[in-house]
Amino acid sequence: QGGGSAVIDMENMDDTSGSSFEDMGEMHQRMKEEEEEEAEGEAGAGEEEDGEFLGMKGLRGQLGRQVADQMWQVGKRQASRAFSLYANIDILRPYFDVEPVQVRARLLESMIPVKMINFPQKIAGELYGPLMLVFTLVAILLHGMKTSDTIIREGTLMGTAIGTCFGYWLGVSSFMYFLAYLCNAQITMVQMLSLLGYGLFGHCITLLVTYNIHFHSLFYIFWLVVGGLSTLRMVAVLVSRTVGHTQRLILCGTLAALHMLFLLYLHFAYHKVVEGILDTLEGPNMPPFQRVARDIPVVSNAVLNTTAKAIALTL
Amino acid sequence: FPGLADVSISQDIPVEGEITVPVGSHSPDEDYSTLDEPVKDTIMRDLKAVGKKFVHVMYPKKSSALLRDWDLWGPLVLCVSLALMLQGGSADSKDDGGPQFAEVFVIIWFGAVVITLNSKLLGGTISFFQSLCVLGYCVMPLTVAMLVCRLVLLAGTGTVSFIVRLVVVGAMFAWSTLASTAFLADSQPPNRKALVVYPIFLFYFVISWMILTFTPQ
Repeated sequence: QGGGSAVIDMENMDDTSGSSFEDMGEMHQRMKEEEEEEAEGEAGAGEEEDGEFLGMKGLRGQLGRQVADQMWQVGKRQASRAFSLYANIDILRPYFDVEPVQVRARLLESMIPVKMINFPQKIAGELYGPLMLVFTLVAILLHGMKTSDTIIREGTLMGTAIGTCFGYWLGVSSFMYFLAYLCNAQITMVQMLSLLGYGLFGHCITLLVTYNIHFHSLFYIFWLVVGGLSTLRMVAVLVSRTVGHTQRLILCGTLAALHMLFLLYLHFAYHKVVEGILDTLEGPNMPPFQRVARDIPVVSNAVLNTTAKAIALTL
Repeated sequence: FPGLADVSISQDIPVEGEITVPVGSHSPDEDYSTLDEPVKDTIMRDLKAVGKKFVHVMYPKKSSALLRDWDLWGPLVLCVSLALMLQGGSADSKDDGGPQFAEVFVIIWFGAVVITLNSKLLGGTISFFQSLCVLGYCVMPLTVAMLVCRLVLLAGTGTVSFIVRLVVVGAMFAWSTLASTAFLADSQPPNRKALVVYPIFLFYFVISWMILTFTPQ
């Protein structure tokens, strides 16, 4: 026989709770012991060995059952923890329930400002489109940083790109949600994330074009037109959901400023034209920019100042 | 129960079976036997499994072998070799240059995890590690492209070499995306395949971009 069948022998069962795991442990123990008993010796009186066998069996059975019991508890705890983890993922599931045509429609809509601001406009609370747009922006930023030979000192290219884009999306959304809460606007956090995320579509288009075609004027045109359209759309939607002139002004002014300035920052902090500006405006006193490790925020401040000066000069 | 009216068991078919539950007594023996086997056997078995999966990626047919017994050895080897080959990129200072080793690692694994979560949230039927396995194995064409790029860069860094590298990396990128789509898109509802394919496309695009812009110093 050698442990071929596993008929459950009720008389040797201790008081189990009936869980199959303990049965398995018990049966495993029994089979191992049977093999051991057979291996040890055929000699031995039947009854005596039976009695001894039962006695040892009882003891070993108890130990085996306790071990199996413990393992069952640990397994159950791990399973419930894993289940709660999956349940957390399921919390996000309704926000990813979209069709490709819907995503395409919303992408195009994000560039079209709405006219009707007296009636609260509907915002789709979905997270798939915004998340994909943020990742696309990260990829485009990476491309821009590579082509402009940006050297980042205390960090990595990828880390900076991800940090910038996700930081903007999550941080500005939270800040705007907080402002909206102060100004009594009718908007939820998911809707704010969605609105701002779809507003990044304009940024993606602008940066994709201007990282490859390096014309100053082209960038400014794109900044005003494309950035302006997506800002107008977001502003109009927010205005339609807010009551009161001061509140509308605060919300929309902040959003417009942050949105447009972010596009400006993305273009100038990571773009080849930095060298061009500094060379033409500061003259040959400024050291060439190419291979110097720099801290991005300090430079971008200087760049913003020179940009403002350039705009003032041209206007 | 009106639905059960036509269910009948003919009298001459005996209903038989076994009450004893086959516990699979061979399984404890098998456990012990794989513990007792020589290390060479274990390694060869795992290597053969990994090799079979590489062949599946080379010729992406709709087979389920890649999905059924997933393992992460192949992705680990590919990831490490890609990260090693991307070292020593263009840099003047020691601070930074091409992507660091940890960067490539993090991009690949974090990107794969994000794609997996995305496909699960969109209603996919594939499990977490199966998806990681497929995405990791489909990095293989890009690793081959990296090897070819390094060899081409040994010859020179002119426009011709750039065009050659562009073509090679582009072809391998398309192959990677198609291979992983062939495995992963089947587990999605049919009208949402595009939603799953786009992040995969972006993921392999970023890796291809890192490969293409690699210039040794």
